[in-house]
Amino acid sequence: MSTDYTSYATGEPVADTKAPKGPVNERWDTRRFEAGLVNPANRRKHTVIVVGTGLAGGAAGATLAEQGYRVVQFCYQDSPRRAHSIAAQGGINAAKNYRNDGDSVHRLFYDTVKGGDFRARESNVHRLAQISVEIIDQCVAQGVPFAREYGGLLDTRSFGGVQVSRTFYARGQTGQQLLLGAYQALSRQIAAGTVEMHPRTEMLDLIVVDGRARGIVARDLITGRIDTYFADAVVLASGGYGNVFYLSTNAMNSNATAIWRAHRRGAYFANPCFTQIHPTCIPRTGDHQAKLTLMSESLRNDGRIWVPKARGDDRPANEIPEDERDYYLERIYPSFGNLVPRDIASRAAKNVCDEGRGVGPGGQGVYLDFADAVRRMGRAKVEEKYGNLFDMYERITAENPYEVPMRIYPAVHYTMGGLWVDYDLQTTVPGLFAIGEANFSDHGANRLGASALMQGLADGYFVLPSTINDYLARNPNHDEITEQHPVVQEVLADTEDRLNLLLSVDGDRTPDSFHRELGELMWEFCGMARTDAGLRKALERIPQIREEFWRRIKVPGTGEEFNQSLEKANRIVDYLELAELMCLDALHREESCGGHFREESQTPDGEAARDDEAFSYAAAWEFTATGGAPVLHKEDLVFEYVHPTQRSYA
Amino acid sequence: MGRTIWDSSLGKKTVMAVSGLIMLGYLVVHMLGNLKIFFGSGDFNHYAHWLRTIGEPFLHYEWALWIIRVVLVAAVVAHAVSAYQLSRRDIRARPTKYVHKKPRAGYATRTMRWGGIILGLFIVWHILDLTTGTVHPDGFQPGHPYQNVIDTFSTWYGNAVYITAVLALGLHVRHGFWSAAQTLGAGSRTRDRALKATADVLALLLTAGFVAVPVGVMTGVVN
Amino acid sequence: MKLTLRVWRQRNTGAPGAMSTYEVDGISADMSFLEMLDTLNEELILKGEDPVAFDHDCREGICGACSLVINGDAHGPERTTSCQLHMRSFSDGDTIDVEPWRAAAFPVVKDLVVDRSAFDRIIQSGGYITAPTGAAPEAHATPVPKPDADFAFEHAECIGCGACVAACPNGSAMLFTSAKINHLNVLPQGAPERETRVLDMVAQMDEEGFGGCTLTGECATACPKGIPLVSITSMNKEWLRATRKAGKR
Repeated sequence: MSTDYTSYATGEPVADTKAPKGPVNERWDTRRFEAGLVNPANRRKHTVIVVGTGLAGGAAGATLAEQGYRVVQFCYQDSPRRAHSIAAQGGINAAKNYRNDGDSVHRLFYDTVKGGDFRARESNVHRLAQISVEIIDQCVAQGVPFAREYGGLLDTRSFGGVQVSRTFYARGQTGQQLLLGAYQALSRQIAAGTVEMHPRTEMLDLIVVDGRARGIVARDLITGRIDTYFADAVVLASGGYGNVFYLSTNAMNSNATAIWRAHRRGAYFANPCFTQIHPTCIPRTGDHQAKLTLMSESLRNDGRIWVPKARGDDRPANEIPEDERDYYLERIYPSFGNLVPRDIASRAAKNVCDEGRGVGPGGQGVYLDFADAVRRMGRAKVEEKYGNLFDMYERITAENPYEVPMRIYPAVHYTMGGLWVDYDLQTTVPGLFAIGEANFSDHGANRLGASALMQGLADGYFVLPSTINDYLARNPNHDEITEQHPVVQEVLADTEDRLNLLLSVDGDRTPDSFHRELGELMWEFCGMARTDAGLRKALERIPQIREEFWRRIKVPGTGEEFNQSLEKANRIVDYLELAELMCLDALHREESCGGHFREESQTPDGEAARDDEAFSYAAAWEFTATGGAPVLHKEDLVFEYVHPTQRSYA
Repeated sequence: MGRTIWDSSLGKKTVMAVSGLIMLGYLVVHMLGNLKIFFGSGDFNHYAHWLRTIGEPFLHYEWALWIIRVVLVAAVVAHAVSAYQLSRRDIRARPTKYVHKKPRAGYATRTMRWGGIILGLFIVWHILDLTTGTVHPDGFQPGHPYQNVIDTFSTWYGNAVYITAVLALGLHVRHGFWSAAQTLGAGSRTRDRALKATADVLALLLTAGFVAVPVGVMTGVVN
Repeated sequence: MKLTLRVWRQRNTGAPGAMSTYEVDGISADMSFLEMLDTLNEELILKGEDPVAFDHDCREGICGACSLVINGDAHGPERTTSCQLHMRSFSDGDTIDVEPWRAAAFPVVKDLVVDRSAFDRIIQSGGYITAPTGAAPEAHATPVPKPDADFAFEHAECIGCGACVAACPNGSAMLFTSAKINHLNVLPQGAPERETRVLDMVAQMDEEGFGGCTLTGECATACPKGIPLVSITSMNKEWLRATRKAGKR
């Protein structure tokens, strides 16, 4: 059955016009040279709004302020230090080749394009690989305490899906340490008065005047006051949208409102169906579960993944003899073994569980076993490498992973899709930029481990602060706008109406109950494996949930106070629209690639089968109306350096 | 630099640590001197007189004693004023108390403030009793400290006040010495046990040494 | 399990507050403490009552948002964050008191939510290394001895939750402040600002109205990241050193 929503139109192709032609390794230099510059004395006359204070936002805010711009920055948390980048555990990639193990900028570029299953833009990925080396220098200068060897030099390790040791880390808390570095740099600018920081303030809409992004509408979460903020450019660094699934490894309050509202105001949304399911999360324990906890992928370096060979084998793990265990990743992918990319590891876990060989409550888990590692390296060494992760596991499950194997199961972790941006990280709305996980740019259909931190910091410290100059230099004089401007009045009224409506329904269902229902639907039909029939079912169901939401939602309290239920409900409004676009994107992409696995499109041995003929493009969607079919704009992907092959990790 | 120190909570803690250590040093000497009482009135009174002649002929009679007194008064005042100001800051920092109350920290730590007040009051009484003789029972005899001490410890309240104060002192020194070491940055992971042990030994020796005198009088060893 | 909760309710910063009693039933031992509160809130919303406001975000023990004093202990009976505390630490029929962080420098925003911006201002006063983007030398130009790097890391682990302040009888922020000073002051990169950093951060800490340290050790006991008490001693040493050096200039 086709609904209105699925009969989308295909519009003009969208193309990146900013990346220069020429050899890929010279494009970034060329772009920086050709880009316009703003005279240092004029910079303080320009205001830039930055939404979010994670790795991308924090780094961008600090760097733009160092350059002399006036920055107005927002985060919904009580402090910029709490952005969810802080929870990243494993590490950050950089092509330093300190190990002399054959790494290079070109290899990192190659690995990332291949890891992304040939759905990323070559120019962007190459730039990312180039900048990766500068990031490490920058972070070390800020005092980020990376792991070091006895000689005092930086230690590195290898990480899922690659064969070189290029991942820099700070025990299992790399994200935390990198984020604190950015936060401290931002703090220095706040103290200097160059950054005006608004914590506990959430962006609720984008103000676009004369086709340019000129500001935002934001709500003070303590007083409930809704205010407008104006600027010459707006940068969204608000993270990904994994919380559409309700259960994910994202923070409870991570949300898609900033990017979705921008999408509604004209920014194209690209590849929304590219979501990453992380293979090593702690399985859920019951319906009360509010979020899932990730265990660093680095565990796969030394842990071995297995399930019993026989279905329904419910003996305790330690009583299952070696020859009755199936180390399925090592069996199917002998050269990469337990280190295959995330999408492959996740899907393999789903397959063995679907076969009835899963372990733990509900059979939704596989073992990650360190018995061999303890035998080989000794317990002390295992403890040094993974101690904090083991402690975390034990705290949550009350099981000791030194003695019994951990149980893990895949969970939604990262979203490769996001706002479509060009080489300058500018969206289709002039003056609106998207950086970090909020954009779609660098990871294609699947992100490699330890690459999110790299991309967030590359965008924030180096890319955006260079490219935004060009926009500001070419648009030096904007007319002053005020709250009285009719467009601003309209956006403000929209926001107020939406919140008032949420408060006035006074129904009989809580915000969480809707969020959970939507999440379960998405996990089932738009999760690890997707089918035409399933996606159509979800597309039929989502408008019904949306309708029910507006009829039965109950939000206690008022809008003029600290009201966490109102915050939640308002975010769900956007999830209910975004979920629909994700399903449509998944439905239209009749191929498997990276994190997007369509059961109809697989090789005879069950691997993802891409269709490069038909789908070698990024799908950028244009919003029309709530529930109305969006317009698809394709960006054709050209591969001049890394030629698409079927990914093989066997 | 003086301003930096006095205006900072860390500076005031430093003042407390240094003044506390000065008093602690004095108390060790004082306690050892007290023990001379067990060698009879001649020895004890001679020792008391010698205190007035320290440094002669370079220093005049009682000059050394007065110098010590001035330093001690300065230490007591500095210690008390910083303690008062820091305590006020501490109390202001937690205006609303927790409903669910829990005993916090060790006994010695929790009694620092009350212990300090008890010690302050004790010092006043101690001076009025045995230095000026103002509140001394039974007629104070200047120049005869041995008899004066016996008089004081022949009253029940003299013993009670003194022993209470000495016990408070022991507790105060136990946390105070270790605490001062931390304030002055002398603590470290490896040194912590040694510092705590030193604090315990100091507290124990001072308590035992000082309590020995009233016990000696009470039991008739000193008479 | 069935539990009785006594929770601090306060509408906003200026309003008076009091403990309110709630019963919750059907609590599983595998729930986290915050999931237990989620359950309570779902019931309150359906009853038309105001749900209990509390700060939380990552629920993995790293963002530092959660901040509950549970039965008089900051983050509850286990050495972890409130979000990583599980209901298996309690038994059926227990009465549990839940209160916000209490400190003059952390005014209550609503219910169990407090304003910890004082911590941000302490960091702003000097808790950074001045290294503008682009100015960094090659990362291997300055080796850092492993013990120093480990020492820095151990202190950099602080999540800025404020449990140290909540647990301290004096509402002191010494442990928080010392963690950042020790992290940055031991590194060669942090050396040029070593003295100004400690002097400015300590001055800001005083300015915010935190109490002083009486070395009760409650902060280190409550710290979910295990920042040791001796961290404060190291900061004292840094402060004295900086004061002496500043005096000579």
